[in-house]
Amino acid sequence: MQFDSFSDFIAMGGYGFYVWLSFGSCALILLGILVSSFNDTKRIMASVQQQAEREARIKHAQQENQA
Amino acid sequence: MWKWLHPYAKADRAYQLCNTLLPYFAVITVVFMIIGWIWGLAYAPADYQQKDSYRIIFIHVPSAILSMGAYSSMAIAAVIALVWQLRNAELAVIAIAPVGACVTAIALITGAAWGKPMWGAWWVWDARLTSELILLFLYLGVLSLYHAFEDKKAAGRAASILAIVGVINLPIIHFSVEWWNTLHQGATITKFDTKAIDSSMFWPLMVNIVAFAGFVGMVTLMRLKNEILQREKHRPWVRQLLNRG
Amino acid sequence: MLRQHSYWQLFSAVCKKDLQLAFRQRAEIVNPILFFLIVITLFPLAIGPEPGLLSRMAPGIIWVAALLSTMLGLDKLFRDDYHDGSLEQLIASSYPLPLTVLGKVVAHWIITGLPLVLMTPLFALLLNLDNQALIATVLTLLLGTPLLSFIGAIGAGLTVGLQKGGILMSLLVLPLYIPVLIFATSAIDTSTMSLDYSGQLAILGAMLVIAIISAPIAISSALKVSVS
Repeated sequence: MQFDSFSDFIAMGGYGFYVWLSFGSCALILLGILVSSFNDTKRIMASVQQQAEREARIKHAQQENQA
Repeated sequence: MWKWLHPYAKADRAYQLCNTLLPYFAVITVVFMIIGWIWGLAYAPADYQQKDSYRIIFIHVPSAILSMGAYSSMAIAAVIALVWQLRNAELAVIAIAPVGACVTAIALITGAAWGKPMWGAWWVWDARLTSELILLFLYLGVLSLYHAFEDKKAAGRAASILAIVGVINLPIIHFSVEWWNTLHQGATITKFDTKAIDSSMFWPLMVNIVAFAGFVGMVTLMRLKNEILQREKHRPWVRQLLNRG
Repeated sequence: MLRQHSYWQLFSAVCKKDLQLAFRQRAEIVNPILFFLIVITLFPLAIGPEPGLLSRMAPGIIWVAALLSTMLGLDKLFRDDYHDGSLEQLIASSYPLPLTVLGKVVAHWIITGLPLVLMTPLFALLLNLDNQALIATVLTLLLGTPLLSFIGAIGAGLTVGLQKGGILMSLLVLPLYIPVLIFATSAIDTSTMSLDYSGQLAILGAMLVIAIISAPIAISSALKVSVS
C-alpha cells in the first residue's frame, strides 16, 4: 500500500481531482454502455415475447371462430 | 481447413458461440479490472516526477490501445462482410462501433485530465490527442451513417465501406498529424521518457490492458447478440429462447 | 449487353454530360466561387485587417474555404442522377462503374476545383500573399482539390439515398480531409519561409494517385449499396 491513510488515498498527493475525475468518468462510461447493452437485450426479448403472445391470441381467436 | 468456421455464418450458431464465449470474457474483465484498478490506484509506486497523477496511465493507455484495436477489428469485420457477404460480420461492425467510440472518449477524457496537471491545459494540440479525436469522429461517422439508413441491410454495408475507407486513411491521418505537430510546435512534450517503464508500474498496466480488452470483447459480444436477435426476431429459434428462460 | 463504345468514349461522355449540365445552369459553377470569396472576405473582418497577420493565416484560410466550397457541390454530385433513375442505369450497364464514376468526379473537379485554382491570384491579393506563396498555393490547390473531390465523392455515394444526406456527408468526409489540409497548408507555410516544399507536394501527389486508383472502386461499391 502506497498510502498511509484513506484520506491520503483520496488526495492522491494533491492530484486527487484529476485522478478521480478520470477514473470516475471512465467507470461511468463503461457502466453506461454495459447497462444500455443489457437494456437492449431486455427490450428486444420483450418485443419478441409480445409478438409471440399476439400470434398466440390470433391463433386462439381463429380457432374459436371456426368452432 | 476453414470448414469448421462455416456453420457460424448461420445466425443461431453465431448466437450460441457468443453465449459460450461471453462468460469467459465477463470473468476475465471483472477479475482483471478489480485487480488492475486496486493495484494501479493503491499499490503501484508513485512516479518520481509526476507523483500520483501518473496513475491515470492505468486507464488512459489501455483505452487508447483498445480504441485503435477496436477500430482495426471493426475494419477487419467490414472487409469480411463485404468480401464474403456475411451478414454476421456486418452486425459485428455495428456491435463494435459504439464500444470503440466509448473507449476513445475515455482515452480523450483521461488524456485531458492528465494534461491539465502536467501540461497546464485541458487540451493541447498534441499529435496523439488530435489523432485520437479524429478517430472518435470516424467512429461517430460510422455510427451515424448506420443509423441514417432505414434499410438495415444497406446500412450495414454502407457502414462497412466507411469503416474500410477510414482504416486506410487512419495511418495517413496519424502520420500527417504527428508531422504537423512537430512542425508547428517545435518543442514537443514527452509524456514518458523513452526508457522502459519500471516493472512495478508495467505489470499493473498490463493487467489493466487485459481488463479493457476483456471489457471491449464482452460488450461487443453482448451487442452482437442483440443485433442478431433484432434481425432474427421472427425466426423460430428466437422464440425458443423465450421458453428456455 | 454489347459494349459499343470504348472506355475512353464512355469516360468522356459521362464527363461531358455533367459539364454541359453545369454550364447550362451557371449557378453551379458561380456559386462555389462566390461562396469561397465571401468566406475569405469574412476572415479579415473577423480577425482584423492587419497585413502581416493575414498573410500568416492565408494558407489556412484559403484551404478551409476550399474544403467548404467543394463540399457544396458534392451533395449534388449523384443526387440528380439518383432521382431520375439514370444512376441505376449506369450501374446496370455492362460498362465498368468505376470508370463512369471517375468521369463524374473529374467533371465535379472541373466545375468546383479548377475555378478555385484559376481564381487564386485574386484571393492572394485579398490576403496579402507574396508571389512565392501564391505559386505554392496554386500548386497545392491543383494537387489537392481533385483529392477533395475523390474523397468527398465516397461520402456522397454513401449518403445519396438518404433524405437528409447533406450534413451527414460533411460529417463523414471532413475528418478524411485532414491530411490534405495539413500537407497543403504546410507546403504554403514552408514556401513563405523560402524553403523547399517539394516534399509536401510529393506526398499530396502520391495521395492523389492512390485516390485516383482506389476511390472510384469505393465510390462505386457505395453507390451500389445506396441504389439497391
